[in-house]
Amino acid sequence: MPAVSKGDGMRGLAVFISDIRNCKSKEAEIKRINKELANIRSKFKGDKALDGYSKKKYVCKLLFIFLLGHDIDFGHMEAVNLLSSNKYTEKQIGYLFISVLVNSNSELIRLINNAIKNDLASRNPTFMCLALHCIANVGSREMAEAFASEVPRVLVAGDTMDSVKQSAALCLLRLYKTSPDLVPMGEWTSRVVHLLNDQHMGVVTAAVSLITCLCKKNPDDFKTCVSLAVSRLSRIVSSASTDLQDYTYYFVPAPWLSVKLLRLLQCYPPPEDAAVKGRLVECLETILNKAQEPPKSKKVQHSNAKNAILFEAISLIIHYDSEPNLLVRACNQLGQFLQHRETNLRYLALESMCTLASSEFSHEAVKTHIETVINALKTERDVSVRQRAADLLYAMCDRTNAKQIVSEMLSYLETADYSIREEIVLKVAILAEKYAVDYSWYVDTILNLIRIAGDYVSEEVWYRVIQIVINRDDVQGYAAKTVFEALQAPACHENMVKVGGYILGEFGNLIAGDPRSSPLVQFNLLHSKFHLCSVATRALLLSAYIKFINLFPETKATIQDVLRSDSQIRNADVELQQRAVEYLKLSSIASTDVLATVLEEMPPFPERESSILAKLKKKKGPGAGSELDEGKKESGAELNGGVEPTASTAVSPEGWGPPAEPRRWGGCGFVCKNNGVLFENQLLQIGVKSEFRQNLGRMYLFYGNKTSVQFQSFTPTVTYPGELQTGTQLNIQTKAVDPLVEGGAQVQQVLNIECLSDFTLTPLLNIKFRYGGALQNITLKLPITLNKFFQATEMLSQDFFQRWKQLSQPQQEAQKIFKANHPMDSEVTKAKLLGFGCALLDKVDPNPENYVGAGIIQTKSLQVGCLLRLEPNAQAQMYRLTLRTSREPVSRHLCGLLAEQF
Amino acid sequence: MYLFVLVYFPEVQFPLTFCYKETISERNRNMIKFFLMVNKQGQTRLSRYYEHVEIQKRTMLETEVIKNCLSRSKEQCSFIEYKDFKLVYRQYAALFIVVGINETENEMAVYELIHNFVEVLDKYFSRVSELDIMFNLDRVHIILDEMVLNGCIVETNKNRILAPLLVLDKMAES
Repeated sequence: MPAVSKGDGMRGLAVFISDIRNCKSKEAEIKRINKELANIRSKFKGDKALDGYSKKKYVCKLLFIFLLGHDIDFGHMEAVNLLSSNKYTEKQIGYLFISVLVNSNSELIRLINNAIKNDLASRNPTFMCLALHCIANVGSREMAEAFASEVPRVLVAGDTMDSVKQSAALCLLRLYKTSPDLVPMGEWTSRVVHLLNDQHMGVVTAAVSLITCLCKKNPDDFKTCVSLAVSRLSRIVSSASTDLQDYTYYFVPAPWLSVKLLRLLQCYPPPEDAAVKGRLVECLETILNKAQEPPKSKKVQHSNAKNAILFEAISLIIHYDSEPNLLVRACNQLGQFLQHRETNLRYLALESMCTLASSEFSHEAVKTHIETVINALKTERDVSVRQRAADLLYAMCDRTNAKQIVSEMLSYLETADYSIREEIVLKVAILAEKYAVDYSWYVDTILNLIRIAGDYVSEEVWYRVIQIVINRDDVQGYAAKTVFEALQAPACHENMVKVGGYILGEFGNLIAGDPRSSPLVQFNLLHSKFHLCSVATRALLLSAYIKFINLFPETKATIQDVLRSDSQIRNADVELQQRAVEYLKLSSIASTDVLATVLEEMPPFPERESSILAKLKKKKGPGAGSELDEGKKESGAELNGGVEPTASTAVSPEGWGPPAEPRRWGGCGFVCKNNGVLFENQLLQIGVKSEFRQNLGRMYLFYGNKTSVQFQSFTPTVTYPGELQTGTQLNIQTKAVDPLVEGGAQVQQVLNIECLSDFTLTPLLNIKFRYGGALQNITLKLPITLNKFFQATEMLSQDFFQRWKQLSQPQQEAQKIFKANHPMDSEVTKAKLLGFGCALLDKVDPNPENYVGAGIIQTKSLQVGCLLRLEPNAQAQMYRLTLRTSREPVSRHLCGLLAEQF
Repeated sequence: MYLFVLVYFPEVQFPLTFCYKETISERNRNMIKFFLMVNKQGQTRLSRYYEHVEIQKRTMLETEVIKNCLSRSKEQCSFIEYKDFKLVYRQYAALFIVVGINETENEMAVYELIHNFVEVLDKYFSRVSELDIMFNLDRVHIILDEMVLNGCIVETNKNRILAPLLVLDKMAES
């Protein structure tokens, strides 16, 4: 073989490359390149027709020049000509040029398409592969239009060679990504899924990529891929290391394919079929076991390949989040890696553990590694690993370890890399606020932050500490005392002066009793910092001074002198000058009463999302941590019906104060209405619209991503508690939604509902998604209750009483007497009864105060006639509700449902 | 089967008004974004992009990427968070191979993919050097295209990766 150039050595090319290598300067290189470009251009334009070999040589040179970073604006035509050559070598270089240099909006596409068409029809597998590669690489819409119907045919045809199948699979993937509308699912889809069973591992590898992409949009069409992928994986995992011959990499059977199969499984919830699930769990256990076995080779490649599979398996375990055993094993395995000598493993283990920390099953197990992680934060030499350690500490933080973690992060902050200081500051501030048991600890922590890393403390952080101090009167005295002490330091950060000025201006009176911090001492302390501060801080201090005049009349003369001095009242800065003038006038003209009113203590701030958290989210985007897992960790999934939701009552989980009752959502609020906001937290809003006719219903769910960050693996699933599981009561059909929900985007899901027979339980909606690194898990009741299938029935008084008497057996009647929970307004009551679904019958009950209704519950198997009577007693603020139906459980259930509405 | 048509459907005003937009960029997100070979002097020896990048931006990206890799020591990990994606790199003598991947890709698998690629080159060139790569750019491209297509791993079996090349060489000899 030739030393430098293999195959048909092109001398001219070799010379050119050598020349470039010998260039001493960038200028010389550019000169040489321009000379070559001129040469090639003239050759192309010359009269003499170039032979294939020369064209090939020049195209190679152009490729090389392009690689060096020079734009190539000619030669495309020559490359296209090469496509129609019969020589493989020439054809190949033509395709290479095009797939590297031509982008999808080139005007040449039509010519290229022609060449591709010929090659696809050639039945020569090497040519077909080249053509398919080209489509896969360029993938323009025009190409999709030309080949979208052809490629699936090639892919599933029985006589297609394996290598062509591989190319076709990836080619189809590209076309689907570019123009999904042109690639309709069809008969071929099921055959694509069966490629997972193909004998040839290369075909399987290509097919998995294709299926992983297709199934995200059409999960139902590809559902069968789960069991096929599991059995394929199981065959690979359990095979001896020599079974798969060429696909074994350093004694690890088919590592890349295993990773891809595990990734594909992450597109779906855990398999429902017990046998499939069992097999999969077995696979995952085998993978975890193998990690503990002695290595089959000392080569690092062996353990790397093994660990690639292991990490992907752990991702799947975390995705399922339903096997406590596996989760804990995964955590232990990662724990071992935390101390491994390979930095790569430590990095990946920290990253992976961060997501484990958000699972309720493994949160505790993750916490046991706290010392190792803290040690990593202190000793790791690589900043990206330290960053991961900080992320993990943040994720594993809860009430039990908050003090330790916050103090470790604070001490890390003193030596932390500048690039991540601001983020650490934000994290410390959030954790301190979220897990503060006593507020003095919170104030200490934030002041420490300012002391250690004042430059990195953003406005949001010091605004927040002030908001909190103002809202909590039990911490105000302590805060005043602490800032007063902090300001004693000869050099303190300007942010400290700001916080100090604000807090002493508001609450300086609380420490004024101590002669060491008398009003005048406080004022002098603040004023000693004044000259070193920026305009903004000085302005804030001036406001603090006028507040002092109100708090401590004895300081009035001193402060007026300061305000009156030339450096204030004639300050070059307009803002400062204006404040000085106005405050001086205010203090001399206004009476103490007016002054006290104008300068009254700040009112509490409205509780809202911590602005720090918003900042962290903005800064970090994904990976911001698990700030919203709190609800999950501490109260399990949110469940149950609740009050009429309005956006303004949403209490942020980070909101200050004792841990609030988890917001209750879903279900009951919707008994008498069909539309509204079903759920809302800081991340997600779910709106619902629904319509019911007879025993059928259709419900539209609107999932709105309220953040600016994408949700991943977004999977809402309907689950059936208790007897609903039998499937004989309710039938709900739905399609899965796109697992990616962009920030600010809304996706819609339609549920088609059929009521088969009467039911009493409420179906649940479980929503799982990844926000940043953290898995979110929300469960709510779907607003589907039996009364939705009510058909109102008008009837005359005599008919009503006749039927009422027919339903006189004791078990047919249900009655409740209960206290009114809402004002007893007759219009509201009527609206609720109508919303409940029955017809209101006038002039039936002799007492006009009472309400009488009738309707039929429509189910597929039977109809249940239903009569009701509601008797309000305004004096006692009580109601008596009586229901009569032909079925005992229906009477009881409806009576219970309706009674909760008043 | 649905027998009724929704005749009346009141519009509900949601406090947050969303308009659903399908983001093309997201659908087109490739697992592997680019594959680079750059030497210690910062000269690019191979670049393959699986997402369209302007030529000016390529040069800038390549310079920054190699700067990032060069500044790291052996003790540091081989994964770098860079803008909104990750770099996985390996160093062979004076040559760096750097792969840009999206957040969700398995770093370790890509790390070994690089090594597998180098082993294929080694097999074909019998101990590959930087010069081999420069003088046989088209061959290296063919090898890479056999292994990674459209940002996805398609083939990992060395013999099958090299099969089309051997056909090519046979034709050239005859």
